[in-house]
Amino acid sequence: MNLPRELLALGRKTGYFSPMPRCFPRYLLLLAAFAGLLACSAGESNVAQGNRDGILHFGNGSEPQGLDPHVVTGVPESKLIDAMFEGLTRKNPWTLEPEPGAAASWEFSEDRRVITFHMQPEGRWSNGEPVTAHDFVWSWRRALDPKMGNLYAYMLYPVLNAEAYATGMLDDPELLGVRALDAMTLEVTLNEPTPYFLQLMDHYSSFAVPRATVEEFGAATDRFTRWTRAGNIVSNGPFRLLQWQLNRRIVVEKNPHYWDADTVRLNGVVFYPTENLVSEERMFRVNQLHVSNDVPLAKLPDYRKLKDSPLVEAPYLGTYFYLLNTRRPPLDDVRVRRALSLALDRESLTRNVLHGSNDPAYAITPPGTLGYQPPQLFSFDPEQARRLLAEAGYPDGADWPGLELTYNTSESHRKIAVAVQQMWKDVLNIEVTLANQEWKVYLDSVSEMNFDVARRGWIGDYVDPNNFLDLYISDGGNNNTGFADPVYDEMILRRAPQAATKEERFAIFHEAETRLMEQMPIIPIYTYASKHLVHPSVKGMPSNLMDFVNMKYVDLEPMPLAEFELE
Amino acid sequence: MWRFVGGRLLQAIPVILAVITVTFFLVRIAPGGPFDSEKAVIPEVKAALEAQYRLDLPLGQQYLAYLSDLARGELGPSFKYPGRSVNELIAAGLPATAELGAYALLVAVLLGGLAGVFASLKPNSAQDYIPMSVAMIGICMPTFLLGPLLVLVFGIHLEWLPVSGWGDMPGDKILPSLTLGAAYAAYIARLSRAGMLEVMSQDYIRTARAKGLPEWQVVTRHALRGGLIPVVAFLGPAFAGLLAGSFVVETIFQIPGLGRFYVQAAFNRDYTMILGTTVFLSTLIVLFNLLSDILAAWLNPRLRAQYGEA
Repeated sequence: MNLPRELLALGRKTGYFSPMPRCFPRYLLLLAAFAGLLACSAGESNVAQGNRDGILHFGNGSEPQGLDPHVVTGVPESKLIDAMFEGLTRKNPWTLEPEPGAAASWEFSEDRRVITFHMQPEGRWSNGEPVTAHDFVWSWRRALDPKMGNLYAYMLYPVLNAEAYATGMLDDPELLGVRALDAMTLEVTLNEPTPYFLQLMDHYSSFAVPRATVEEFGAATDRFTRWTRAGNIVSNGPFRLLQWQLNRRIVVEKNPHYWDADTVRLNGVVFYPTENLVSEERMFRVNQLHVSNDVPLAKLPDYRKLKDSPLVEAPYLGTYFYLLNTRRPPLDDVRVRRALSLALDRESLTRNVLHGSNDPAYAITPPGTLGYQPPQLFSFDPEQARRLLAEAGYPDGADWPGLELTYNTSESHRKIAVAVQQMWKDVLNIEVTLANQEWKVYLDSVSEMNFDVARRGWIGDYVDPNNFLDLYISDGGNNNTGFADPVYDEMILRRAPQAATKEERFAIFHEAETRLMEQMPIIPIYTYASKHLVHPSVKGMPSNLMDFVNMKYVDLEPMPLAEFELE
Repeated sequence: MWRFVGGRLLQAIPVILAVITVTFFLVRIAPGGPFDSEKAVIPEVKAALEAQYRLDLPLGQQYLAYLSDLARGELGPSFKYPGRSVNELIAAGLPATAELGAYALLVAVLLGGLAGVFASLKPNSAQDYIPMSVAMIGICMPTFLLGPLLVLVFGIHLEWLPVSGWGDMPGDKILPSLTLGAAYAAYIARLSRAGMLEVMSQDYIRTARAKGLPEWQVVTRHALRGGLIPVVAFLGPAFAGLLAGSFVVETIFQIPGLGRFYVQAAFNRDYTMILGTTVFLSTLIVLFNLLSDILAAWLNPRLRAQYGEA
């Protein structure tokens, strides 16, 4: 028999729990399926069984750290937390616009500094208790409590006094800009108008956790409690935790108390840790997975050639770039920085080194971030690159002091670094040495600015240009280049938040980003792309810029198994 | 005999203590810490985290506190997996790793032993050269090559066996056990061949032959016991090595074992997890070495006599 016993149990159980009539025929179906299984159907694949029983088999990258939304960080964690919990808003996977989640509706005050959220009247935790405004007040105080050690505390900084409280400058949580007017009404006061604030409300750092359950297993800010274990955890999203087998699988089942349970199609999801890309691709090919987390680069050309290919590629809200240390010569000269950038043939790089899976990038913000298009000030221009380098005092690479390019251990980073090194040699006739560092060593070098040129990537936490552009404010924690420009700071920190319309705000961002790319403290290289293998039976999982999966809308359409014959 | 065992156990304590001390300080010397991430960490948050994990104490105090926890069998909380203790992570990973190690050892002993004995019967003939050449290839072939090769043939082309998992489907334990066992089978083949050749030239074998015993009885009743002593001596360290070295196979076949935790812990600077697994595995290595010594003594009367006198 193919599926573990608990999954079969899940199939049967959901028949009992689901209150909607839609499940009755499925319940019978599941019984029939179960009988069929007992009659022994050894060798039946996960996908075949999952399609019949409404259970999605999902490749989820590495083993998640945990499930406490105020403790963990990372993409595999976010996929699980998004399935099990729900913030005030929830992203629509087609448009990425926020739609009602734990809050049914909201309105802004005249000055856009106060938001009033009205909670879902039918909002319930998975134990049947109502989800109230008080839950959010308590949870945000927890998320911001300095003792919590929450790495994502800063996501709530737009809230009045949040930063002061999180950094221990302010002790009284009553002064935080979040309060419950009554059980069903939550009032949030911001420091200043924050146009992307609703986007933050579907990030897990702003989610509510069940106070009674958390306190049952330990102190509110204790990171080491057992409240998130299967059997203990209570959540308010479309699914709830059934089982967690370390490094093997995590099983969630449909949450019958979810306010919008009628919309939820799946009976359950099985998340697999699949950090080995090659193994994951094999699992997909033998129908053990519906969806893979990633695709090995070398397999891309083969999959692209297939008719009805299961390969799904989409731009991803992230940029791959090189940091330039503007405090060290020769990179303190803007002409050198620009020469290095102009000498890169990004088209050739993405086509030949990355197998065409990514688009070249010419700015820090990925194109199409909620309609924002970043400026493109330059393209591959060897002539001008050589001229700029000559003006800076290194004609044809003469007297070049040398540079070191630092990257963290990875085959693809190495390939890109080698290609870049060669392009700089060919176009500018300069020598650059490569330094490969282990991940934590590399992180240390970057944060200490102990490098000349360093590879870097940034993935957006929310869909707004601000998430990329505020990296380069003077002394920003993630700046790491020494770049400091008071005019730029003013635009990002003061003018953009005050803008009256989205168009005006985006115009300010465009102006700021133009200024940034003229100074060139970073060399953008390519825009990230998400790559998945998706079985054709999977519906309701559109690709989007955030690579966001809203499990609530995912459905499985029973269909014959596909055979993917690769050459 | 008991004095021998007791003495060896006492000797093990300073060895393990040295391992703990060196590991404890080495992981802390390595650049980068457990809370460094790609996004800048707010200093207050980092301070709170360090306090929760006692990293704010002076190094000496941290060390003493760790030893006192260890004396009570507590390996501490994991840095990477908040809310889970290292004891729990090891307990979660050990069954799969131990099972994999046991099967791999079985593969190694059966395949390797048979090949070695077979080869030793007609030294310097085709019967010797062919299995020994295969064994040499086996020693040279890394598991990260053999594993995917076996998967390609038996999993994807022939579709006989599952390509990954552990205990999820019938037969999914076969390929990982073969992959991990292959290299050790090759070692055992060479060891048992050498051992057998040495024994076969001994006087008592000549005596056995002179008594008119058929050759197969000479081999099975007289030669095998002595000839396999080097193999037995190798088994203890081999099993410990299988447990500690199964990382590659666990990754290829997506097996929820200890090896994956161990290697990731080093990359994550998960101090407690690195220390916990190192202490655990080094204890195992010491114990298995001792066990194989005892087994060898039991098989070899000469050694037994020596330990008895000591």
